[in-house]
Amino acid sequence: MAEPTERHAIRLRDLAFAWPGRTGFSLGVAEFSVAAGERVFLLGESGSGKSTLLSLICGIAEPQKGAVEVDGADLMRMGGPARDRFRANRIGVIFQMFNLLPYASALENILLPLAFAPERRRTVEDPRAEALRLTGALGLDAGLVAHARASELSIGQQQRIAAARALIGGPRLVIADEPTSALDAAAQGAFLELLMGQVAAAGATLVMVSHDARLADRFDRVLDIAEIAATGRAGP
Amino acid sequence: MILIRLAWQSLLSRRLTVGLTVFAVALSVALFLGVEKVRTGAKASFADTISGTDLIVGARSGGVQLLLYSVFRVGNATNNLTWESYQDIAARDEVEWIVPMSLGDSHRGYRVLGTTTAFFDRYKYRAGRALDYAAGVAYDDLFDAVLGADVAAQLGYGLGQEIVVAHGIASFTEHDDKPFRVSGILAKTGTPVDRTVFVSLEAIEAIHVDWTGGGRSRDTVSADEVRQMELAPKAITAALIGVTSKLQIFGLQRWINEYAEEPLLAILPGVALGELWDIIGVAETALVGVSVMVVVTALLGMAAMIFSGLNERRREMAILRAVGARPWTILALLMTEAALMSLAAVLFGLGLLYTGMFFARSYVDAAFGLYLQIGAPTGRELAVLAAVVAAGTLVSLAPALRAYRMSLADGMQIKV
Repeated sequence: MAEPTERHAIRLRDLAFAWPGRTGFSLGVAEFSVAAGERVFLLGESGSGKSTLLSLICGIAEPQKGAVEVDGADLMRMGGPARDRFRANRIGVIFQMFNLLPYASALENILLPLAFAPERRRTVEDPRAEALRLTGALGLDAGLVAHARASELSIGQQQRIAAARALIGGPRLVIADEPTSALDAAAQGAFLELLMGQVAAAGATLVMVSHDARLADRFDRVLDIAEIAATGRAGP
Repeated sequence: MILIRLAWQSLLSRRLTVGLTVFAVALSVALFLGVEKVRTGAKASFADTISGTDLIVGARSGGVQLLLYSVFRVGNATNNLTWESYQDIAARDEVEWIVPMSLGDSHRGYRVLGTTTAFFDRYKYRAGRALDYAAGVAYDDLFDAVLGADVAAQLGYGLGQEIVVAHGIASFTEHDDKPFRVSGILAKTGTPVDRTVFVSLEAIEAIHVDWTGGGRSRDTVSADEVRQMELAPKAITAALIGVTSKLQIFGLQRWINEYAEEPLLAILPGVALGELWDIIGVAETALVGVSVMVVVTALLGMAAMIFSGLNERRREMAILRAVGARPWTILALLMTEAALMSLAAVLFGLGLLYTGMFFARSYVDAAFGLYLQIGAPTGRELAVLAAVVAAGTLVSLAPALRAYRMSLADGMQIKV
């Protein structure tokens, strides 16, 4: 390919992957790329392979075949620890729910990735202030963030804490896996608004997976996972 | 650092199950250390059964046997030692003091020891502690007796109680024509002294004056008549010796062992006590073995508790993996938790031990004559505690490896 890979936030080619074990779920991707700074919406029902796809992009799952490039780096050339370090440095992840360590405070949850990501840690002069700035921008009260334990927060608050955690230290890529499905319709829009604002402010790329097509119009590009990935299930 | 903080917070958030597990391990640690304390205390108490005595002399037999019958009042002397030999030894320059002992009779199962009142001054136990009277005084009259603490307590005797000495150890013939009167009762020592009835050496002669061989002769001598008689003993069972200088112990011992007039044996009490402990000390090994098993059981319980918590913690692992933790970090986190729990258990166990010892010490001393020393943990105990922490951490390797594999397989998927 003539194009420089730096222009891609994500690039998957000729990918083949199967989970080890009896489930025999397999996934293949011929070609999928996301440009740097792009906001991509992936539409997918559960069972469509979205979690597997995200695991591959994050370098947690390793394909049997093919190439995974994230932020210009070939994940397949890295060993396991290097991929973990790379993920910590470059990628912020938001889950559907249960995003936080319940026994730690909200603030500690936000600062957690910095402990594993020296590059992100270096970009932040005062982690505590930065965490409070982010949560402030996401509409959370500073007292709540600093003192409340994660388990004491409402789901909407938890998701915003999770967003702050994904954004702190300016990762190049933010992956959100159904981040709004636990929220009601009014809160969904507000949350997405805040998330997209902060992703744009950080200059990061956003990939969000959801089964809810109503949220898609805020994104630069909308794709159905079924178009990207071919899934198969080796019978029991 | 972050690991220790996360581990600590995670433990705190599960404080009930973690607390119970820590408590179980702490109890087992306290039990183990308690057994150690009792074991070393018993050994020390045993070795302190007799102190201040340099040599024990008796007829030639085995060293342990001489110790058993002269100090522990177990078994019988094979032979006696003549009064002449005793006087020969007593006349030696090296001998600072010598206390004759005459055994062979009993009172309701308790041995009767004929000895001089010097015994009460010379017999020392537990690193030089002297005998003390709980009531009364040493014997003065020919038919006075002094009781050990257990004898008085078990038989319910007080001062002035009249007692009859039986001939031999398990015999139905009694010296009932010459009863004794209790003049004193000794304080509890935790030594065989507690189970002994003391009378004077002359009294032993007096009650046997009209006996020949194994039975009473036809010409009886009354208690009043015997007072007028010469009551020098012809033979004694054993004697305790103190020397003027410790340097002379071995010289005197050799002199006695080579004594030409009759075959004698002199032993160093400490050496014979050591030999005896080697024989009966097998039980301590069994005790240690059992308490080690208790600790192992508690640690396995901890491993089971970590195992059973793994499924509920998959979410936590997925979050940690997502923010960049390696599978090794998950493994290290679980092992750190186990190490923290073990450490807490060990400290708590130490606390339990010292609290228990503080309250039980006087009771144990009074009831069993076992003196428990409350001191800083010994090097051996610290090594045991370190081993428990290490073992607890190591035991958690099994669930930690499982978590490692789970976090590899689950990746970022949250499986609840």
